Formats: sequence, structure tokens, C-alpha cells
Amino acid sequence: MKFQTIIVGGGLAGLTAGLALQKKGISCAIISSGENALHFSSGTFSGDCPEETVRLFEEAGIVLKGDPAKDSWRLTPSGSMQKVRLAFEDVTLYPSEKINATNVLIANPEGFIDFPTAFIADGISQQGIPCKVKSFSLPCLKLLRESPSEMRSVGIAKKLDGCIEEVAECIKGLLDGEDLVILPQVFGLASPEPVRALRAAIPAEINFIGTMPPSVPGIRVQLQLKKAFERAGGTFLMGDTAIMAEIADGTVRFIRTKNLDSHILSADNYILASGTFFSKGLTSSMQKISEPLFGLDVECPEERTEWYSEDFFAPQPYMAAGVKTDKDLHPLRDGQPISNLYAAGSILAGKKNAGMALTSTFKVVKKIAL
Amino acid sequence: MTLQEITGSAHNFEECMKCTVCTAYCPVVPVNPRYPGPKQAGPDGERLRLKNPEFFDEALKYCLNCKRCEVVCPSGVNVADIIQEARIRYSQSKPKLRDKILASTDTMGSLARPFAPVVNGVLSLGVTKAMMDGVLAVDKHRTFPKYSSESFEGWFKRKAKAAQDAFKEKVAYFHGCYVNYNYPQLGKDFVKVMNALGIGVELLDKEKCCGVAMISNGMSKAAAKNAAINSGAISKVVEKGLRVLTTSSTCTFTMRDEYPELLHIDNAAWKNSLLLATRFIYEAVDSGRKKLIFKDSYKARIAYHTPCHLEKLGWGVFSTRLLKMIPGVEFTLLDSACCGIAGTYGFKKENYEASQAIGKALFEDIASVAPDVVACDCETCKWQIEMSTGYKVMNPVSILAEALDTELTAEANRS
Ligand SMILES: Cc1cc2nc3c(=O)[nH]c(=O)nc-3n(C[C@H](O)[C@H](O)[C@H](O)COP(=O)(O)OP(=O)(O)OC[C@H]3O[C@@H](n4cnc5c(N)ncnc54)[C@H](O)[C@@H]3O)c2cc1C
Ligand code: SF4
Ligand code: SF4
Repeated sequence: MKFQTIIVGGGLAGLTAGLALQKKGISCAIISSGENALHFSSGTFSGDCPEETVRLFEEAGIVLKGDPAKDSWRLTPSGSMQKVRLAFEDVTLYPSEKINATNVLIANPEGFIDFPTAFIADGISQQGIPCKVKSFSLPCLKLLRESPSEMRSVGIAKKLDGCIEEVAECIKGLLDGEDLVILPQVFGLASPEPVRALRAAIPAEINFIGTMPPSVPGIRVQLQLKKAFERAGGTFLMGDTAIMAEIADGTVRFIRTKNLDSHILSADNYILASGTFFSKGLTSSMQKISEPLFGLDVECPEERTEWYSEDFFAPQPYMAAGVKTDKDLHPLRDGQPISNLYAAGSILAGKKNAGMALTSTFKVVKKIAL
Repeated sequence: MTLQEITGSAHNFEECMKCTVCTAYCPVVPVNPRYPGPKQAGPDGERLRLKNPEFFDEALKYCLNCKRCEVVCPSGVNVADIIQEARIRYSQSKPKLRDKILASTDTMGSLARPFAPVVNGVLSLGVTKAMMDGVLAVDKHRTFPKYSSESFEGWFKRKAKAAQDAFKEKVAYFHGCYVNYNYPQLGKDFVKVMNALGIGVELLDKEKCCGVAMISNGMSKAAAKNAAINSGAISKVVEKGLRVLTTSSTCTFTMRDEYPELLHIDNAAWKNSLLLATRFIYEAVDSGRKKLIFKDSYKARIAYHTPCHLEKLGWGVFSTRLLKMIPGVEFTLLDSACCGIAGTYGFKKENYEASQAIGKALFEDIASVAPDVVACDCETCKWQIEMSTGYKVMNPVSILAEALDTELTAEANRS
């Protein structure tokens, strides 16, 4: 099977590349082993983000708040403030390191333990703002509570999205003059409508804050991007894994995948967007860190003892590992660039965040869609 | 040997990092609170069951075996295999008469077929449905797939077999129970398309139901018996150098992947020779070996639904690209979602509501696209979608048969 571009990895980098290229009329296939880092997203993007992101996402029905070139602040689930650039519409962004409220209500579905209300309340109190934590209960959550293992973000969202009016009434009942309500990100799984409906119904600002994974807004955005890509004519090979790449004379000739066995996939250009250790874009053994598909050169400290820092809270050097590339993002293999292969996203060496993933992705898109 | 190979666990269950992504995508969890979900039923539960089989929970029977959990797992855990294997190994409950009847597609088919008009009449009677609902717990809302009065095998022997000798190139066809007893037209369409491509069709010496319904109804021994017979028959034609084609994604998936994983039948000798017809045709055309010429007059707005087992197999792309080759087709890929029927699951009274609730998203998606026809490679999805939406559902092979100019195609492939 032939495409113009084949992308390995269907996370933020792979999907953004696929969507942008497909919109420019370049036929793409994305091969994606399993779900990805978006499923664990905080709902915000850190690091410099390219301007183009906002428009491309908007065309896929995804509203991004914030300025891609300027820092804003978000309130984290641990109660601290963090610098970010863009956010899904669920999250409230603040212009400074202080939330914008005089009196705060944190409301949590009864029995939901994946949302650290005490940390958040503590953080808000430290900003000198009064804050109360209340829990709410709705009939539709009763059955869910009977199965304790499933009282998780996505399960709750599937129920609450179906009864937003009741949720709104219930939260209005809890309000006692607060001008900010903090809710866990357990709304808006299939579409952002429930988030918008709650905001419209409640007479106070609502800030939806991240929970333990999976991330409800992250899954939604992933599905929206995938749908936009497919409706633009792209081919998404979900649950398949690229297992072998044929390289000759410094170019990739074809790729084999687990599901398509003998059927080879070929393209003019290839993008490696396979993520980091977490997504198996990188693997490690006792001796070395490697890139398993193409056998690319990896940037990381030589000695195993230097992979780690003994200070648990310090950045761990192995986390910055990634493939080496030339200035055009062609990865190196035995020191030589592969001319029709590009690397994008967290597979690249250095600090990993959505900003760097998107910046590298758009750079590659420009090279390919010259 | 890598560390992973040394420490490798059955169906990769040790790789689970407890992220619950599988549970987020399981179609049963939101509609059936009694089902513990893939993470709990799969890798978490397995840890307990290994300690003590008493931890086995009969609620695992609510799993559809749709494999969506496996497709999304970021760690490559074969969640559904863990669940099905646990059911086979530990379940104490014996399949009910109803489950045995639903699962025995072969026997039901050969008994019912000679009396097809009567049986169809009886099966569609309100009173029979009420009785089945009451006595057998087969939901009364279900329309039973009709039995055909002549089996596909019968038609093939009578009408098609002799003509196949004219072709030098041959393939074998595993038609499955559905084509044989309920919908011979799909088999006829398959023969028509193959012949137009200049390829003759032969049937296997002996063919049994692939066993998928038996596996899901707790009859793994019976399934293994069928599997052994099919494996023998397939090996025989594969040794002759033939490929074996099917028109059902579920039969294909079951024989390729469930035989070795769940029934422990070694199929290495023929696994890669068993192909879904759409893959075979696509590959033949893509490589330039065969040509398809379509009628100018053929026009259709087609929405394609990827059946769960095809999603897991990863071969939906062959069907969709093949359909997109037809010039008169306006194509939409429906969002990947389970239709809710899962073989015999949705036929059971206790599952009817859950089954319809699972399919709701897909039905709404179809209604919003409002296509002329829904295309799909699975027969049970076809029943479910036709019953629940009123839209006509066709196998891509039948669409090809309708859209092809068979004479011009046959001419182009004559050489
Ligand atoms: C748990 C977690 C949470 C994060 N949260 C945030 C956040 O909130 N904000 C932020 O700015 N950044 C966050 N990051 C940083 C993150 O790296 C980037 O934001 C970005 O999402 C990375 O996207 P990616 O597409 O490069 O990689 P990934 O999202 O990791 O996607 C890689 C994909 O490639 C697939 N893949 C790998 N190998 C193969 C193969 N051989 N064949 C086929 N497919 C393959 C994987 O299955 C996966 O789907 C987070 C990272 C992690 C790990
Ligand atoms: S998705 Fe995979 S890794 Fe995550 S909980 Fe399920 S089985 Fe475990
Ligand atoms: S196979 Fe389907 S029904 Fe069974 S646990 Fe997995 S996702 Fe759920």
C-alpha cells in the first residue's frame, strides 16, 4: 500500500502532522500501537507552541485558550500554579501566578478519590483566598459507586454528560456566594458541549482541573483529532505496530507492521512520532537506550550511572533522551541522516512537552509540504 | 534473550501499568454496572485468580470479546484473551440450552434449512417470539436471521462448481455458517467477483462453523473440535498452494488469532494463507496483477462500519480502500464503535437492552451521515444495524459484485 507520507505514532505529534498534511492534500497513514500521552494530559500545553496550532485545532472543533507565544498560569491538582501556554477550553488560565477569585468552592462527586481536593484547597488558602470543599451526589452515579474499581474519571464522565442539567442544579444548590467553582475534569468526554452547558448554567466561573488518568479532555481531543484526520481522508491504523523498516542508500524504502504482516507500506516521506519510553518510542536495556524501529542514533549519557540523578525530585537525565537529528529533523543512523525520514514530538532529545512536540511537528510539516 | 522474554507472562498481563485506558473504551462498562471492566476482569483479576481460582467472577461472561480494550492498551496487554482464557479455565457454569442453541450455528442451520419457509415463518411469528423470549430467553425484539431454502453449498454444487474448472488460478472459499444457511447471496457475489477476476473458486472438503459463538458461550471443547476439523481442511488446500478466502471478518479473526491463543490449535502452517476476500482483492489490484472495471452507472453514498474484530485484525483499511476505488462512490468512514450485537450476545434477553445501548452511538452516527448503504464485513453487525436503524447493510464483496462491469472486468483479466 502506498501513501505520500507514513507517520509512526498517533499521539499529539503524529495526529497533528497527519491532519496538517492531509489538509494540504498529502495522503497520510498513521500507524498507532495503542493510546498515547494525550490520555494522560493535564488539559494544558507547556512550552513554546507554534501559532498554527490554534487554527488547525479549531478546524477540528477543538478550542484552545491562551497565547501560544506567551505564558499563562494554571492551577494544578497539587494546588500549585504552573506556567503553560495553551489549554483546552475546560481549564481556566490566569495572567499571573494567582487565581482570579474572591471565594472558591471545590465540588467533587461523592466517592471519587482520583481528585486531590485537600491539596487544591490548601494551595488556594495559601493564596489567601477562602475556599470550601463540598461533595455532591447524583442518582446516576449510584450504580457506578457499586463497582468501586470503575469510579474513575471516564466512567463518571459517561454518566454526568448525560445529566448536565441535574449536575448544574445540584452545584447551584451548593453555591454560597462563591465566584469560582473548581470541578474535576469529569465532563465532556464525547464533545465539549457538557463543559459549555455547565458554564452557561452556573452563575460563577468554573475551572475544570485534571484528575488521575485517564484524562477526559485528553481523550476527547484525541478522538476529535482522529476524526478530523479520517474525515479529511487520512488512514489511521489503530492498534497496529510498525515492527520493521527497510532502509537502503540512506532512505526508508518500506515499513512492515504487526497486523499487515507480509503487506508492506511505502511512502515518499516518513515521520517518526513514536513518543518516548512510555509509548515504546524508546526502549532501554541494562546497557543502552535505543530507538527500536529504525535503529537510530540516540542522544543520552554514555554511562548508565549518569542516566539518573540520586535526588528524587531533580530532573532525571534519561528523561531527556531522544533520537539525534540534523537541523532539518532528519534522524541520524550511524551518524548519517536518513533523507526521507523526519522525527517529531517527544521522540526528539531534550525537554518533553506539548510545545516542543508541536513545534517540531509543524517544522516537519513545512519541510514535507514544501 | 531480553528481560521481557524471560519474564514474559501469559497474554502479556504483567505489562499492565494500571492506567485504566482499556476500561475507558470498553463498550460494556457504561451500560452494565455488574461488569467489572477489562482492567479488573483482566490483568487485575488474573493476579488474584493465579493465587486462588475462587476469585473467578462469573460476571466475566458479560465481556463481548470485542477486543477494543486490546486495541487501545498502551502496554500491549491482551486483555480480552486474559478474560476469555479465565472463562475457559475457571467458569463453573454450564452453558444453558438457549446458549447451546444459539452457538450451534451449523446444527441449527442444517436442521432448519430444509424447512426454511416454515422455520422463517415460525421464527417471525409473534407467538413463537414470545415463547422463545419466555422459555429460551432469546429476546423477543430480535428478528431471527432468515434461513435460506437452498444452502450455499447446494447452490455451488448445482450451479457454479463445473464452471470453475475453466480457471487456471484458484482460491478456496471458507463460506461460514451465515453464507451457507442464511445468506447464500453473499457467497454467490463472491464467486461472481472472483470469476470476473479470472479466478476459480473451490470449497473446502469439510467446513465447520469457525466456533466463535461456542467460545463466547463457554463451549470451548466443542469449538476446539470444529477448529481441528477446519485446520485440517485448510491445511490440505494450503499445501496445494491455494489461499483460503472468507467474507466474514469474525470467522477470519477467530481462525487466525483465537485458534492459537484460546483454543491452543497451532495454525502457523496456514495462518498467513487465510485472508479476508477484500484484502486478497485489494492486494491483487494494488500490485497490478488484476484489474477492476466498474459500471459507469454505479453511484452510491457508502458509509463503512469497521466491525470490532476487523478493527483488532487491523485490516479494515483493505475494505475501505477497495470501496474507495469505485468511481461512483461517495465514501464516509463511520467512527469506530461497537454495534452491540457481538455474535449471539445481543440475542439473549438479559443482554438486549445493554446491546442496544452499546450500539446507540453508531446508530446515531449512521443516521447523521444518512448513506444509501452501510458497508460492513461482518454478518452479525449487519443484523444489528439493519434491525436498529433500518439502513441497508452490505458486505463490500456484494457491493463490488453490484458495481463491477463483470464482462469488461473478466476480459481485462483474461490473459
Ligand atoms: C504521562 C504523560 C503526561 C503528559 N502530560 C503533558 C501535559 O499535560 N502537558 C504537556 O505539555 N506535556 C505533557 N506530556 C509530555 C508529552 O510528551 C507531550 O505533550 C506530547 O503529548 C507527546 O506527544 P507525542 O506524539 O510525541 O508522543 P506520544 O503521545 O507518546 O505518542 C506516541 C505514539 O506512538 C505510538 N508508537 C510508538 N511506537 C510505535 C510503533 N513502533 N508503531 C506504531 N506506533 C507506535 C504509541 O503507541 C503512541 O500512541 C506528558 C507526557 C506523558 C508521558
Ligand atoms: S489499558 Fe493496558 S496497561 Fe492500561 S490498565 Fe488496561 S491493560 Fe493495563
Ligand atoms: S473485549 Fe470488549 S467487552 Fe470485553 S473487556 Fe474488552 S472492551 Fe470490554
